[in-house]
Amino acid sequence: MALDRLFNLGFDLFSGISILLLVSIGLAVIFGMRGIINLAHGEFIMLGAFATLSGVRSGLNVWLAMLVAAVAVGIFGLVLERLLIRRLYGRLFDTMLATWGVSLILVQVVDNHYGSVTEGIRVPVGSFTVGEFSMSAYNLILMGAAAALTVGTFTVMRKTRYGLLARAATQSPTMAQELGVNTSLINMWTFGLGSALAGAAGALLAPLVGVIPTMGHTYVARSFMTVIVGGPSFIAGTVSASGLLGLVENVATNRFTPVIGQAMLLIAAIVILRFMPQGLTGRRDTR
Amino acid sequence: MNTPREQRKWSRWPRLAAAFFALAFIAAACGNDDDDQTGSAGDGASQVEQPATAEDGTGDTPEATQAPPSSDEEEEEEEETASVEESTSEPIRVGSLLDETGPLNIYGTPMVDATRLAIADINAKGGVLGRQLELVALDSKSDQNEYITGADRLVAEDLAVVHAGITSASREAIRPTFGEAELLYFYNVLYEGGVCDRNTFVTGVVPTQQLQVLIPWAIENIGPRLYILAADYNYGQISADWVRHYAAEHGGEIVGEDFFPLDVAEFGTTISAVQSAAPDAVMSLLVGGAHMSFYSQYAAAGVNESIPVVSTTFGLGNEQVALDPVSAENIIVAYPYFQELDTPQNRAFVAAWTAEYGDDYPYITDLAVYVWEGWHMWADAVNAAGTLDRDSVIAQLESGVSFDSPKGIVTLDGGSHHLVQPVSLARTNDSGGFDVFETYDNIPPSFEQESCDLIANPNINEQFTPN
Repeated sequence: MALDRLFNLGFDLFSGISILLLVSIGLAVIFGMRGIINLAHGEFIMLGAFATLSGVRSGLNVWLAMLVAAVAVGIFGLVLERLLIRRLYGRLFDTMLATWGVSLILVQVVDNHYGSVTEGIRVPVGSFTVGEFSMSAYNLILMGAAAALTVGTFTVMRKTRYGLLARAATQSPTMAQELGVNTSLINMWTFGLGSALAGAAGALLAPLVGVIPTMGHTYVARSFMTVIVGGPSFIAGTVSASGLLGLVENVATNRFTPVIGQAMLLIAAIVILRFMPQGLTGRRDTR
Repeated sequence: MNTPREQRKWSRWPRLAAAFFALAFIAAACGNDDDDQTGSAGDGASQVEQPATAEDGTGDTPEATQAPPSSDEEEEEEEETASVEESTSEPIRVGSLLDETGPLNIYGTPMVDATRLAIADINAKGGVLGRQLELVALDSKSDQNEYITGADRLVAEDLAVVHAGITSASREAIRPTFGEAELLYFYNVLYEGGVCDRNTFVTGVVPTQQLQVLIPWAIENIGPRLYILAADYNYGQISADWVRHYAAEHGGEIVGEDFFPLDVAEFGTTISAVQSAAPDAVMSLLVGGAHMSFYSQYAAAGVNESIPVVSTTFGLGNEQVALDPVSAENIIVAYPYFQELDTPQNRAFVAAWTAEYGDDYPYITDLAVYVWEGWHMWADAVNAAGTLDRDSVIAQLESGVSFDSPKGIVTLDGGSHHLVQPVSLARTNDSGGFDVFETYDNIPPSFEQESCDLIANPNINEQFTPN
């Protein structure tokens, strides 16, 4: 196999994995830390994309607009947590219903405000050529951003005081409370962090996809699959699940057809969960 | 005892409220079969649109006084029908069922706007049989179940005609209902072709019409090697069959072919495969919001500069607006209608449209104009037949009626119930629109004409597919 073809295969593979990782990491934080099945996750991504569009249109530099968009979606997450989510912790089905309701509201509100089509933004960087293949330089930025956001999240969770308290509030909320930790506030920040990560994913994807109010539907199912396959150790889990599922989908799409690629992604998820019901990072001997 | 219980109740209510809130929205989104009995009266206000033009401002435009040339005839007909119909002053009720909300509203919104404008226009020009039209418009919310319940509701409404459906799946769900109820049905959408049903009239273009123009042009002007990318459902599959057919007929070659489920939004692997196959052009039959991403990613990889895209679907959902001009560069499409068409009829149409919906309207789509034609051709046929009687109106439509549409003259092919219409070729420009560079008049729906003759065999009721 020619070297350029090999490079191109690797490039496609890592692009696919990065996108999967980007759209899943925010959900992983919210689901992994708080046990909230956030069915509005796709809409958080959509909000990030629309906020980026608005930022660029109002004259912001595109990278700055992406940053602002991520922060804005994070703030939206904080507000939503205070108003709605904090009343529903520990109630799986209620959170699903509530967040689904939120997702429907968000789609319609954005639709009413922006209309069913809105002007997109251009890819901020060009393309490069290796051998006979021309590739998008922006995908390299996506790979870098996915890695940076993952490492950043890991660092926040492991190395900061907030991270320590957030893990305490998850693992032993009563004990944390007894020791004087304001778990309610910590949980709020966790939800906000997850929302900001989803917003960042939407912001980063905005130049590469059609930004429309219903774009969240495209991502919500695959991000859930990634997080569930990843299992309880949510950062390591999401990274390994993105890698594995991305690999399976890419190879199957490349070797066969996109339809088989999609099917293999689902089959891989089912097989993994059949034999590792806790996910890739679940320990068999727990319980 | 009371106090703690009271407190517990109070601490519980926000959760209940939240759950109720969510449930209410779910119910609203999914629709409710009970609506048929109880809901319709309540929502009536939002769903039944009174003809505004008769009474208020919009009607006092010059159009209202511009009596149609055949007004004498019409008045005679009016008197004739007065004895048949109950009363001439009562409005004629007509129905519409389109996706105004949900993912399909990228197609539905312009169609709904076109429906309102067409009804207002018909009313302003004197209505049908001298009576005003009253529109019963239902929103199918991009939900197949809403189509089924919506069609039942429209049948129960005692309407003269229904214009409904966007996806082929929705059409096939409601077409039999209208057929059984003998309620005249118009399907005003570009689709895969082949529907043959005496009760159904189609104003949309079919793949053979676009491809018999686009493929020979592409082979001659770009090159013979084509790579097909298509949505993985009946529209994409059937259109791909036709691409192969016309490519073979004109000396082209298909060097690759991929089908995509509608929710695929990542095309990296495909873009590499296209580069490996090195075609002269990519033939895109991609559909919907997720597939829009293909064009961005194709341009981001810089491939669009060397391998142009030709398409019969790009633009239907206003992709040229939603994508940045660089992403939409070097794409050639074939449609009957473009907002940029430079004809007096189209200038008047665009002026009327922007007067109603504002100068900042994204783009008047090809689909919107099928809706405009559907309503006007029906209204003209009823006026010419002088009655709302379904069989008389069908006979009138089958007699080969023509309509001076914004895109040029369209003629109904009586045997197949499809339109003979002009098809234009256009290239995307850098201002979110198209530059039209060639127009072909009177392109026939050739496959439908060959396979379907409802005048000779009025009892055919099926959808023909090639092969």
